[in-house]
Amino acid sequence: MSGSKLMAALSGFTIFGLYSGMVMSSKYNFPEPQTPIAQQIYDQHMMALWICLVIFIGVFGVMGYSIIKHRKSVGYKAANFHHSTTVEFIWTIIPILILVGISWPATKTVIEMKDTSEADVTIKATGYQWMWGYDYIQGEGEGISFYSQLSTPQDQIRNESTKGQDYLLEVNNRVVVPTGKKIRILMTANDVIHAWWVPALGVKQDAIPGYIRDAWFKVEKPGVYRGQCAELCGKEHGFMPIVVEVMEQEKYTQWVAEMQKSASVGVVNTAFVEQSSDKN
Amino acid sequence: MAVIQDVHGHGHDHPTGIMRWLTTTNHKDIGTLYLCFSLFMLFVGGFLAMGIRAELFMPGIQILEPEVFNSFTTLHGLIMVFGAVMPAWVGFANWQVPLMIGAPDMAFARLNNWSFWLLPVAALLLITSFFVPGGAAAGGWTFYPPLSTQGGMGTDMMLFAIHILGMSSIMGSINIITTILNMRAPGMTLMKMPMFVWTWLITAYLLVLVMPVLAGAVTMVLTDRNFGTSFFNAAGGGDPVMFQHIFWFFGHPEVYIMILPAFGVVSEIIPTFSRKPLFGYSSMVYATASIALLSCFVWAHHMFTAGMPVAGQLFFMYATMLIAVPTGVKVFNWTATMWRGSMTFEVPMLFSIGFIFLFVIGGFSGVVCAIVPVDIQVQDTYYVIAHFHYVLVSGALFALFAGAYYWLPKWTGHMYDESLGKWHFWLSMIFFNVAFFVQHFLGLAGMPRRIPDYALQFADFNMISSIGAFGFGLTQLLFVYIVIKCVRGGEKAVDKTWEGATTLEWTHLPSPAPYHSFETPPVVK
Repeated sequence: MSGSKLMAALSGFTIFGLYSGMVMSSKYNFPEPQTPIAQQIYDQHMMALWICLVIFIGVFGVMGYSIIKHRKSVGYKAANFHHSTTVEFIWTIIPILILVGISWPATKTVIEMKDTSEADVTIKATGYQWMWGYDYIQGEGEGISFYSQLSTPQDQIRNESTKGQDYLLEVNNRVVVPTGKKIRILMTANDVIHAWWVPALGVKQDAIPGYIRDAWFKVEKPGVYRGQCAELCGKEHGFMPIVVEVMEQEKYTQWVAEMQKSASVGVVNTAFVEQSSDKN
Repeated sequence: MAVIQDVHGHGHDHPTGIMRWLTTTNHKDIGTLYLCFSLFMLFVGGFLAMGIRAELFMPGIQILEPEVFNSFTTLHGLIMVFGAVMPAWVGFANWQVPLMIGAPDMAFARLNNWSFWLLPVAALLLITSFFVPGGAAAGGWTFYPPLSTQGGMGTDMMLFAIHILGMSSIMGSINIITTILNMRAPGMTLMKMPMFVWTWLITAYLLVLVMPVLAGAVTMVLTDRNFGTSFFNAAGGGDPVMFQHIFWFFGHPEVYIMILPAFGVVSEIIPTFSRKPLFGYSSMVYATASIALLSCFVWAHHMFTAGMPVAGQLFFMYATMLIAVPTGVKVFNWTATMWRGSMTFEVPMLFSIGFIFLFVIGGFSGVVCAIVPVDIQVQDTYYVIAHFHYVLVSGALFALFAGAYYWLPKWTGHMYDESLGKWHFWLSMIFFNVAFFVQHFLGLAGMPRRIPDYALQFADFNMISSIGAFGFGLTQLLFVYIVIKCVRGGEKAVDKTWEGATTLEWTHLPSPAPYHSFETPPVVK
């Protein structure tokens, strides 16, 4: 039996070590951070992983050794000790110190995440069952309003045609923001609790009816970043994604001009939103 | 302490057949009822899990419409928490607490019967809610309003079921506390009690504390839904976030309620199979009490994205991380118990070691979730699902298996099939990890929870997870076979089945334990 236990222990360690080593690939870890906050989150998670790995090897190294050596079948006779205040003290204090070490940078990030002051562009995101509504309420683009709905065709969802590359992560109208500017997002909801989440930006905030909460991000690189609703909101919870397109400043100015010219993009007044009668 | 009087004078006779099981006030019978009920519910919840993993096997909607999928996830959670794990632990408490403290039965024997028989009523409400118009509740086992204010009769049935389950737990806990505090054999001071009894004493206090809070939350959702109140409706002046506070004030201690008895079982098994006393008994008691106390102060770590102020996020982050300290102490004490022992690896020991190994991984992902900035990314994703399945399945469930294998010889007088038991263990270990380890990656990569369909980059790991889940589910059929086979016969168990066992049920009672045991209390030195 010891052979297979060894196998199990070894494969356990290997899997863990292998997986820890594969951290840079986006299939195994957070997507590549695009904002300073997302970068801090990525780094703190990596630090936590390394600490966990060290503790894992320490504890299960000792336990694995004991399982192999301290067994009746090889004739090992049990000792009789069963307490030691010194040892208990040590293995209480060291974890406390490790936790303090982890919470120090985390505290700084928490405070930084909350500071949404002096934003360049402010956009209100309203969660509906089952889509998002966006109103640009301050900064360049003020007055722009539109709904943003899933644009993946139903026949892809129903397996009647091949799924596109951005299956379930594409919308008809994207949230467009300029590079290098502080963007503040206000979240609220029209009906039930939703949550606005874009992993690459490191932003997630519940959108709660009757509440307004905010978050901020700042992206240097142009690109398209996709996220999903992150709070169960009914049957189409998995079908109301978020797409943020970050454009160079000049392109953004162009986009604003086009949007303000075409007045046909959707009404923002929530009183006119048709409520589906079956919410389940 | 006075022995419970045998008023009806039928000390050698008891009802048989259905009436026996309906009217029994015997802690062994009631323990058996709880355990059989919970095993059945494990398969009901497991069936729902198979449905979930079948739908998630590939992208696209195949077998479950989104609203049905949501009700599957909702009922899977409710049934596993309230129908499988909690009743199983109460079943263990019923069987083992009197035996381990030298008492003839529980303090309130008839209340005990009622505590059990409430459960099938609640289970029926939950299961039949699938078949009413509108289907079963689909707002998650956490049923946040305003979403839970929508939804039909199935949601009201769920809410009633939760009330009934709560009543059962409260009554059972009062019984357990009273029994432990008042009916210990002479000489068994609190600090001489077995760890399993300690963990149940502390768990029972937690239950009595938080179950009424859940009842409050449930009642307010019921009245918002049916009587025009606005507790959680912003338009009426209420507050949806208040529900989350109330629910999680129950909800966080609830998960410790599910794990503390597991710690207790493992604290019995590791010393027995190491042939060495538990290392640091008093620390283990204090650590358990600390975990229970701290668990009351961390609830808002389920709400880090709800919009609370910085001070709130920081407080709950620090408090949550702090729980890792006494939990770590327990893991180190178990390891120190094994260290320089003389170990054998029968099935209870295998499940206990597997518990420690995998529960620690679940603990690590818990510490990761406690870090607020990281939690902003992983909240409501598959990372959280991975975390809690590691601590609840390879944690609580593995400990339940460990305890079942450990005590089956005492309950039945027969040895279980050791070779089949080992198959059960290894297959469970492998399939569990295949099912759930990859879910950490899914969460980190950005897959939200409670969705029936997903973007293409999540496809590979979802397929792997589903295969693991199907394997894990099938493996549990083996456990049922092993239990039935053991109950019906098998190698006769020695009274003290396990060489290293030291607790009263092993040292003072035959195997199987007699229907009425310790009618005269033993004296404990």
